[in-house]
Amino acid sequence: MNAQHLQPTGSAYFIAKETERPEIHTLSVLVDNEPGVLARVIGLFSGRGYNIESLTVSETEHEKHLSRITIVTRGTPHVMEQIKNQLERIVPVHRVVDLTVRSHELGQERPLERELALVKVAGTGDARVEALRLADAFRASVIDANTEHFIFEITGKGSKLDQFIAIMKPLGLVEICRTGVAAMNRGPQGM
Amino acid sequence: MSNGQSERREMTGAEMVVQALKDNGVKHVFGYPGGAVLPIYDEIFQQDDVEHILVRHEQGAGHAAEGYARSTGKAGVMLVTSGPGATNAVTPLQDALMDSIPLVCLTGQVPTSLIGSDAFQECDTVGITRPCTKHNWLVKDVNELAATIHEAFHVATTGRPGPVVVDIPKDVQFAKGFYVPPQIAPRTSYQPKVQGDLEKIKAAVDLMAGAKRPIIYSGGGVINSGPEASHLLRELVDLTGFPITSTLMGLGAYPASGKNWVGMLGMHGTYEANMAMHDCDVMICIGARFDDRITGRLNAFSPNSRKIHIDIDPSSINKNVHTEVPIIGDVGRVLEDMVRLWRATAKADKKALYPWWEQIAKWRGRDSLAYKMNHDVIMPQYAIQRLYELTKDKDTYITTEVGQHQMWAAQHYHFEKPNRWMTSGGLGTMGYGLPAALGVQIAHPDALVIDIAGDASVQMTMQEMSAAVQYKAPIKIFILNNQYMGMVRQWQQLLHGNRLSHSYTEAMPDFVKLAEAYGGHGIRCEKPDELDDAIKEMISVRKPVLFDCRVANLANCFPMIPSGKAHNEMLLPDEATDEAVANAIDAKGRELV
Repeated sequence: MNAQHLQPTGSAYFIAKETERPEIHTLSVLVDNEPGVLARVIGLFSGRGYNIESLTVSETEHEKHLSRITIVTRGTPHVMEQIKNQLERIVPVHRVVDLTVRSHELGQERPLERELALVKVAGTGDARVEALRLADAFRASVIDANTEHFIFEITGKGSKLDQFIAIMKPLGLVEICRTGVAAMNRGPQGM
Repeated sequence: MSNGQSERREMTGAEMVVQALKDNGVKHVFGYPGGAVLPIYDEIFQQDDVEHILVRHEQGAGHAAEGYARSTGKAGVMLVTSGPGATNAVTPLQDALMDSIPLVCLTGQVPTSLIGSDAFQECDTVGITRPCTKHNWLVKDVNELAATIHEAFHVATTGRPGPVVVDIPKDVQFAKGFYVPPQIAPRTSYQPKVQGDLEKIKAAVDLMAGAKRPIIYSGGGVINSGPEASHLLRELVDLTGFPITSTLMGLGAYPASGKNWVGMLGMHGTYEANMAMHDCDVMICIGARFDDRITGRLNAFSPNSRKIHIDIDPSSINKNVHTEVPIIGDVGRVLEDMVRLWRATAKADKKALYPWWEQIAKWRGRDSLAYKMNHDVIMPQYAIQRLYELTKDKDTYITTEVGQHQMWAAQHYHFEKPNRWMTSGGLGTMGYGLPAALGVQIAHPDALVIDIAGDASVQMTMQEMSAAVQYKAPIKIFILNNQYMGMVRQWQQLLHGNRLSHSYTEAMPDFVKLAEAYGGHGIRCEKPDELDDAIKEMISVRKPVLFDCRVANLANCFPMIPSGKAHNEMLLPDEATDEAVANAIDAKGRELV
């Protein structure tokens, strides 16, 4: 999101050409829910020049004060290994699972990923009818409306949300809010 | 908090701080008072178990605590106030982070009710120190203070050691709560792996047993692991007959007088060490991290070797250099297994190593640390050699600042034991050595503690002379005075057409008078034939000494791997003509640090 992809560790000593191709990976990070823990994770990414495409965080186990952070990041396999190891150095980090690597191990293409968006569309007449019809086709639900606007709630893969938002643009799109990616692996096992 | 009611004692937060220090075995604290830590200073005043050393600047407290830690193997402790006290601590915190030094920093903070209001001497201490600590805490509840300080000591001293900060608001210092003693209840998320994977260690021993051109490359991790690790390293070298080199941070883990020692490696390491690294077939990296000062150009680094890497920090593995056999664990524990397995399975065929040793002897014959002796001017290398000869039989500890003098010290002062050499390796902090020497001297009051300094570096923390005088710490500041920031000048010669932009100090203080002004002892020496007597005088004075050793102004530090070059492209002293120096680094290397 903020930092450009850098060579490993950002040192100018890495003048060797990077031969590995960058990949997009989704990481699940289980952390103690305590003050500053998100800042530690984000600071690690910005400080070491890693990339954040998406980041979501929420407490998932209240009694144990555990939160789960889902990070979508981009880098070569070598950088991915570094990111995982660096995250695990953070004292309140319990576990880091590269869901993308895990899904490959399970013989799957990629982990399950879902995102939620709220999409506000204002308009009247044909555009308004068209927006409602398309929302229905995308299985988006109306969570607020008056005679001049709708707010749609839509969940799905990021690409589905991108498509829906693109379609709504000429129909009076006012604003969008997206949650970022929530993800887990298929199958009975936990992270 | 699960201890019995009997051990729970009610006390103020400030009392808890002092009690927690005592319970964690702390004897000395380096610090500087201020508004937000006054309650803690009031408690320190009323007891004798923990001695407080008053520095003259918070940075000095940090480096003193680092020197204390590195020379004892225990955590160093510093205590500073909020705002500027905390921001001045940032340099030593980052220094300790990069060199893996256990450092516990307690900071005062404005009262919780004022946090976020831009109060007087407020700063976001945990925010500022987050990237330069292993972990940090803001304690808002007095009932969590004791457990937090205990946890801070645990985190600082276990796993890969490092600095921690506990930020304590002033109202928490006044508040009353229940104290809990240290207990082993580490948080589940922090479990450093100390025992190495036995299968991996077996694989390493197999690889080593078949090596024709092996080299052991050891680092500061061996020293951090404790004296037993150094002992085991020596045993491993004896058993295998392998040559051994070390990083700047690891000097002393294997004795410089040992027959398998090939000297320090890296940018200013010996020719034989770097050539052996380049041409080896098996490399055993023990508690080091393939830093850019070690590897030179990465894609030409030891191209034909298979590498074993022992490190307690998994993120060090494969970070810069790919390793065939990674072993995650404490160096001491892993070496214990490795030595045992070697004894049980591998038969050292030392004869098989003869050709390799012959090759190393040829490289050694290049005499890469040679310099041209001068009878009118003191050569800096000669000064270090004489210092070594005259102090080697004493109980000596050496600290340094950062620059040419530091590299000459590493090259020409020879260390026989671990924990005797304190230098700022990773961060390269000018001004480290004088306060670090103070910290070492406080820990070892009867030892001979010498800061090998440069005239530029030493002026960065010179004010700690005053602290040394106050505590009768007879530290010796041996200044190689060439009136330049020598290493800056050397790089300007290498990279910038000899345009010496701001690397010459036109107004140099009179170090002899300065020493006297502080209440110390000043010595000046300008002639090689007067040097021995002057050094003897320095040793005999039971006072802090500033020794102004006037050395050849334009001497440069060789051998050197110029930036962007490989180990086998070293610039050797006898080849370092003005022209060679000017053309040593190409356009790509110029961008490097």
